[in-house]
Amino acid sequence: MQTDQLLSLFGGVLLLLGLIAFFLGRAKAARVRAGGSTMHAQPDQYAWFAVLATAGPAIVVSAVGAFLLLLLEVEIPQLGLLAGSLAVAAIGLGVGMRQVRPDFHARKAIERVIRGALLTAALISILTTFGILISIVFEALRFFQMHSFWEFITGTVWNPGASFLAAAGRAEEGASAAQFGSLPLFAGTFMITAIAMLVAIPVGLLAAIYMAEFAPRGVRTLAKPTLEVLAGIPTVVYGFFAAITVAPIIVSIANAFGLDAAFNNAVAPGIVMGIMIIPFISSLSDDVINSVPDSMRQGALALGMTKGETIRDVVIPAALPGIISASLLAVSRALGETMIVVMAAGMRPNLTANPFEDMTTVTVRIVAALTGDLEFESAETLSAFALGLVLFAVTLSLNLVSVLMIRRFREKYRVNNL
Amino acid sequence: MNIQAVSRHTGGSVPEVGQPHTRNETACHDLSIRVRDLSLWYGDSQALKGLDIDLFQKNITALIGPSGCGKSTFLRCLNRMNDLIPGVRIEGLVEMDGRDVNQVKMDEVALRRRVGMVFQKPNPFPKSIYENIAYAPRMHDLVSRKPEQDELVEKALRDAGLWEEVKDKLHQPGTSLSGGQQQRLCIARAIAVQPDVILMDEPTSALDPISTATIEDLMDRLKKQFTIITVTHNMQQAARVADYTAFFHLGEIIEYNDTNTMFANPATRKAEDYITGRYG
Amino acid sequence: MSQTFDEISAQLRRRHRRSARLKWVSMGALGLAGLFLLWFFSDMLGKGLPAFQQAQIQVEIDYNEDAARMGRAALDRDLSRLVSRTFERMIPVQMRENPELLGSKETRWVLADSEVDQYLKGHRHKLNDAQRALVDELEAEGRVELRFNTTFFTTGDSKMPEASGILSAAVGTIMTMLVTLAIAFPIGVMTAVYLEEFAPDNRFTQAIEININNLAAIPSILFGLLGLAIFINFFGVPRSSPLVGGMTLALMTLPVIIIATRTALRSVPDAIRHAAFGVGCSRWQVVRDHVLPLAMPGIMTGSIIGLAQAMGETAPLIIVGMVAFIPDVSASLTEAATVLPAQVFTWAGEPEKAFVEKTAGGILVLLAILIFLNATAVILRKKFERRW
Repeated sequence: MQTDQLLSLFGGVLLLLGLIAFFLGRAKAARVRAGGSTMHAQPDQYAWFAVLATAGPAIVVSAVGAFLLLLLEVEIPQLGLLAGSLAVAAIGLGVGMRQVRPDFHARKAIERVIRGALLTAALISILTTFGILISIVFEALRFFQMHSFWEFITGTVWNPGASFLAAAGRAEEGASAAQFGSLPLFAGTFMITAIAMLVAIPVGLLAAIYMAEFAPRGVRTLAKPTLEVLAGIPTVVYGFFAAITVAPIIVSIANAFGLDAAFNNAVAPGIVMGIMIIPFISSLSDDVINSVPDSMRQGALALGMTKGETIRDVVIPAALPGIISASLLAVSRALGETMIVVMAAGMRPNLTANPFEDMTTVTVRIVAALTGDLEFESAETLSAFALGLVLFAVTLSLNLVSVLMIRRFREKYRVNNL
Repeated sequence: MNIQAVSRHTGGSVPEVGQPHTRNETACHDLSIRVRDLSLWYGDSQALKGLDIDLFQKNITALIGPSGCGKSTFLRCLNRMNDLIPGVRIEGLVEMDGRDVNQVKMDEVALRRRVGMVFQKPNPFPKSIYENIAYAPRMHDLVSRKPEQDELVEKALRDAGLWEEVKDKLHQPGTSLSGGQQQRLCIARAIAVQPDVILMDEPTSALDPISTATIEDLMDRLKKQFTIITVTHNMQQAARVADYTAFFHLGEIIEYNDTNTMFANPATRKAEDYITGRYG
Repeated sequence: MSQTFDEISAQLRRRHRRSARLKWVSMGALGLAGLFLLWFFSDMLGKGLPAFQQAQIQVEIDYNEDAARMGRAALDRDLSRLVSRTFERMIPVQMRENPELLGSKETRWVLADSEVDQYLKGHRHKLNDAQRALVDELEAEGRVELRFNTTFFTTGDSKMPEASGILSAAVGTIMTMLVTLAIAFPIGVMTAVYLEEFAPDNRFTQAIEININNLAAIPSILFGLLGLAIFINFFGVPRSSPLVGGMTLALMTLPVIIIATRTALRSVPDAIRHAAFGVGCSRWQVVRDHVLPLAMPGIMTGSIIGLAQAMGETAPLIIVGMVAFIPDVSASLTEAATVLPAQVFTWAGEPEKAFVEKTAGGILVLLAILIFLNATAVILRKKFERRW
């Protein structure tokens, strides 16, 4: 029998048993109650308990069985597993029916199960983080067994080309050994991130200052959601925009100044990434500026400061931890951004300080390493995980620092409000 | 000199509007701020109803009255802090140094340079103690060189009676001080720009009794140099520190008088009820 | 004696000017951001709107014997270069299925070649002089025209620009989103309910909280690495399938839904919980019958926003292989599929100029869906917004 037939048979029988459990349980509970005994719970609650007792253990047994069968390749006959789980379901039905007694807390039992289910759901979020960590660390370790960690961190040449020959057992044919020096990739990543921040931080911060301090209420209620449209545009769309529209403009501007510019220069993705991040900075900064207590502004104004001086010398310094924290989050976002650079930045690892040259980034190389028809075991494929590990570590620490800063900012103003 | 009650609403005849009922003979009587028929609306609701009052230089005038009576609103009219609230409309005259401060032509920043303010809750800037004081004089070009600035900071802190407590930690944040110290820092900050008038909006209501006493002593010393107008909830405080007292009720000045007379022998029934604690 | 008002005002002039400058500069920054938005949308509309029109050409089809082997023979020699090759390829297939066609003739509007299409739209094209003259002549006779491009919405990907469409990507998106929602919605809501209503405030709960906040800020591509290493390599979920794509995106959407749900639950005032406890409800009954129904609009809004985010995501899907070339629509969860943003990515990489238009057209469709979803969320929030 096919797996899906087995599955539907299992599901069908289980559903049937569940229905039987529900109605039998309710009928029995109703009978007991009609018999005059005071029960701890409603008949429906007994019925649901019977259903849980029937289906719960059976599903657990079959899931464990399937897991053993598929992943650990333990020899279990499929039919036997099916029969076993259904037998468990039948036993569960019997136990559930026996528990329909006046002194049994069916509701409490159900709620314990629900609470357990909720807790399990909450655990999945932890499992996800660990999943990311484990999957990346595990594969990255395999990479570092092949290539030295030190070379990876400090090397200036990224040339994975020959590695797949090595994986195919033909290492001698490669002209040179594969080299995995990630410095040029990080240089490119930081260059593009820096350009993005040069666009996003001034524009975003000033826009936030205007919205929070100067704008009439109508402008503010309109401007904030409009800016947020920028944040909702998919990154693949920005990538297309950067490659097709912005890059040619950058090239012609550079040429007008007598500079040479590659079509996949670092400026175009940098600027477009900056545009994407503007609402991120403006929205967070606007919140932070708004949460600077009004008494600060009044204190400065009452000393005869102009509005501009009040903002520059009192409001912004007070909001600074929050603004820095927003900027750190924005940096972490720019570092991990993929589609814009995949579509608009270069593929060539290039250690240069000239933003008009083509440069590649960490995320571009991760995508490049994982989209070819390469063997998973090859060093190039695994290098993607090593790069991912560094990216994970950097963004995680940026996030943590930023969370700590914003928390301190909030605490500071709570304390000061005497 | 024993003139009748000021307010038209209490039915007394008004020989000279805005003048206090009686005058403190020992005090100096130069006029600082003259207010005539001042009304203020928040949207549709009228918060101040045709106030007339004369405020005198180098004196402490206390504004008392039940909460919501408009005394803080009135105080904020004197340095145009109400401009910051949207939907506020002001009519009438607030005259200082021969100029109507509510005119559009009047630069409110220049006004606030001459009319300082201390708030209910201490609000030191998130800067060092030194910077809290030096910042405004520097912006106003009152000092040009570092030694001058140091001198001015020390003088302001001495005048505010805070110097001895903070002279060793001038570069710690202003927020690290205790509540009472913070409020004295705010007073030092206000006097450092050498204003003519200092407005105080319930300056001690967030403080403990000991800090309150320190600040009351301070006010008494400061009135030699500045005109002080203070809002207070605390009747004893008004009686202790003020030369003149104005009693506000529902947006009107019911009675304005020499403090001693006001507390000993109030001219109006409402003021008497309030002072003796029958309501408010 | 202190300064007069006029002296102070004179000193203030420069400072007022600087203050005004800050106002104008900051206003300019907001304006600049608005201009970016305007530039972006006008650029996309300019590039993408032509994709909704496609050149069609009226030709006479002669079902002769040669045409049964090579479709091109059915058409006039000169015209045949102007007709889409996908149409020519269909002729022998049609003749095999309907043998009675042999010998008959038929005049029909058929899809024109993309070069004709680009020429008519005034874009760069590769037609030679003679072909251009012919197209001009046909256009004058009304035998070539731009019509609404139904092909774009009814076919899958193709190597020929004129015959490629977004249908298979749209179906792939729907299936992927179904998987995403089916996983992320229940788990997300359950997690939020646990944290907000049941969890004791201890280290463990705080750990979960920090975790969720971090999860929301992890670069999306790392979720792709997880999908590849765990779902595909460890659990053996088929590569490129909506199932693995949906599972990967579900993990990304999870924090969005959890955070939105917690906010919604928190906005339900405690008075309602106390009232329900007061009439003897258990904690679960309070949550199920009183808190959850009141929080539902907020939960839905958050889920829709999370869904819109997931729908625009590309990077993790590339890593799990969902950039396949999918010409035929397939509605299976385990077969290779592509999604709209991935389709946009694929087209953006095609060398032919005509694909630029298709890419922008696909982008417009994607943006329209996202704007619709977000507008729904906003309306939902406005409609059910409640002040306690």
